[in-house]
Amino acid sequence: MSSTRPLLSVKDLSVSFATEDGTVRAVDGVSYTLAPREILAIVGESGSGKSVTVMSLMGLTRGVNARFGGSAVFGSTDLLTATEEQLERVRGNDIAMIFQDPMTSLDPVYKIGDQIVEQIRAHENVSKAVARDRTIALLDEVGIPRARERVDSYPHELSGGMRQRVMIAMALSCNPSILIADEPTTALDVTIQAQILERIKQLRDATDTAVIIVTHDLGVVADIADRIVVMYAGRIVEQGTVDEIFYDPQHPYTWGLLGSITRLDRERPRRLPSIPGAPPSLLDPPKGCHFRPRCPHEFAKCTDVPPLEAHIGEAPGHLDRCWLSTEEKRVRREVGDGQIGLARPQEAPA
Amino acid sequence: MSTGAAGASATESGDSNGALLTVDHLKLYFPVKSGVVFRHEIARVHAVDDVTLRLRTGQTLGLVGESGCGKTTLARCLVRLLDPTDGSITFEGRDITHASTREMRPLRSEMQIVFQDPYASLNPRKRVGQIIGTPMALHGTPKDEIPKRVRELLARVGLSPEHINRFPHEFSGGQRQRVGIARALALNPRLIVLDEPVSALDVSIQAQIVNLLDDLQDDLGLTYLFVAHDLGVVRHISDSIAVMYLGKVMELAPADDLYSKPIHPYTSALLGAIPIPDPELNRRRARTPLEGEPPSAIDPPAGCRFHPRCPHATDVCRTVEPPLMWYADGHSAACHHPQNVTPGEIAEATRSEMSPLSAGSSNGSAEAPASGPAEAPASGAADGAATESAE
Repeated sequence: MSSTRPLLSVKDLSVSFATEDGTVRAVDGVSYTLAPREILAIVGESGSGKSVTVMSLMGLTRGVNARFGGSAVFGSTDLLTATEEQLERVRGNDIAMIFQDPMTSLDPVYKIGDQIVEQIRAHENVSKAVARDRTIALLDEVGIPRARERVDSYPHELSGGMRQRVMIAMALSCNPSILIADEPTTALDVTIQAQILERIKQLRDATDTAVIIVTHDLGVVADIADRIVVMYAGRIVEQGTVDEIFYDPQHPYTWGLLGSITRLDRERPRRLPSIPGAPPSLLDPPKGCHFRPRCPHEFAKCTDVPPLEAHIGEAPGHLDRCWLSTEEKRVRREVGDGQIGLARPQEAPA
Repeated sequence: MSTGAAGASATESGDSNGALLTVDHLKLYFPVKSGVVFRHEIARVHAVDDVTLRLRTGQTLGLVGESGCGKTTLARCLVRLLDPTDGSITFEGRDITHASTREMRPLRSEMQIVFQDPYASLNPRKRVGQIIGTPMALHGTPKDEIPKRVRELLARVGLSPEHINRFPHEFSGGQRQRVGIARALALNPRLIVLDEPVSALDVSIQAQIVNLLDDLQDDLGLTYLFVAHDLGVVRHISDSIAVMYLGKVMELAPADDLYSKPIHPYTSALLGAIPIPDPELNRRRARTPLEGEPPSAIDPPAGCRFHPRCPHATDVCRTVEPPLMWYADGHSAACHHPQNVTPGEIAEATRSEMSPLSAGSSNGSAEAPASGPAEAPASGAADGAATESAE
């Protein structure tokens, strides 16, 4: 995948917001690339900066109090410094976005078909009739039954899963080369989630669209992603292919995440392993490694920020931000029965 | 703790079979109204439709299903936050189906609820001390004892006692949910209804809350009804699990059995839809995602409610509602074409007393012809079709 020229290349992206209480460094030096046809997952807890990283690509976090650093190059445009006019051409046309909440991301007073027609006609010079036919075809493609009737429905007449399909249809209406999906299935039931994920995979295969999926659910990631970026408190702590992250995770936070998922395919543990504590405030993040206060493996060196580097010779694309040596990590992440987790599982603070 | 309640027999744990709370053939229909001046009922949403459940003392019953299946309605009805249309609710051997607000008041301290959204369920203008202390004041705890007790509770749920004067907005989601749990514990309840208590939280925090709930149950002997759509968390905390679909119980089983041998195709479909956090296993697993979505509860399908989406559906499923059949080891399911059971087990299965009253005759076994007041339109045909396709 590294042989092809990346479609999108984000370098050293920083986003901070000035607030009454001080400066929030929401994203701090994030770099990644996206290849054509690739599905990249950005994983992290709430407040890790995962949504801000992708929303900044679309210029959605611009504001008087926002400060940006680094670059995000798409084609020949730097999305961070692009004018509003340039961004308008990119949005929807080249990069489209699906938001988390299908209940609030459609306009309740317009028919869903009209909303998609409007988007098509904003980007292309086609007649209403042509745009409407394309809308029906799109709704059909994303799996909405009786698309010809449903095109005249209002959002409230559709279920959550159907609305998310409408969002996907809208996002695909201008054949974007990148589809950004911000927690696309979090608000949906598992059965509907499986349908939507399957649909996104099929669309990638059919249209060669690259996908960035933002999620906190590692199950979803294992199902759909090619590569994974793990974020914690505004920084990338680990990135690699899906197999590298799941079978050879290098950062203790990743171990904790992997360890705390309830696995239906295994015996149930007496207690669920958890990561002690809570993520830090980005107003005043801890010195050095941001995960240090919650990490049972921290030592003196952790007060310096570890670099995001490759440590494994045979996996040059597998980067992590931890001072431990690879050998130490491989020993310390074992918590028995060949399972991975944060060692010394601690109880919730007493 | 003082039970306070007039006739609440705090001696034994409810009725004979160790159930703290039982629900029999409970129905709750919401009217759909129309008309501007004269509002009249035009239809009914069958939110909960003939559900029978037993909550055993000190145990956890998990209640799972897709959104709109009636699980939250059932949970709220159980503690009389909603009034049932039909059926009965018995708490500690006492019928509370039609108990008045005044009769319910002493029982309120015995049954508490923790809500899904920790952001919406705490009053933003009240300090944590007031939020947790108000139920105590209302139920007659002396005023000067309340702050001490609130501090104890905060410590119990893993918060610092100094947080007593903070406002909800000063807490994270996980901490707010701890406050919600402390409030539920304030009156020493025996039953806590947990309505999706962790689904709004991050994975690593979910585990902390589930472990806390586990500890509290062990220490205080609490009985839980745990409502969730996440089958992973439910399995961890539950002793037995009920799977609901469109207002009916589809399957009821001890927690581990439900996962190792799901009998109802709907349960299999739910389990199959969960992505396994292991890329290799995920690639190897053949998945047949469940198509479509639950139909409207206003006009639910005849026969088995799951038949329009079921890969095993036959004619009998379209006409006869399957009864809840009791298989070995406390595992019961309402399906004409049970999966993961041997023909022998099917033959030995008996019609559960928890079956909906409208259900048809039993499927595999010829021994149990419509024991209940079955209004099955074609029960004879049902038996024939089911035996032939029992595999």
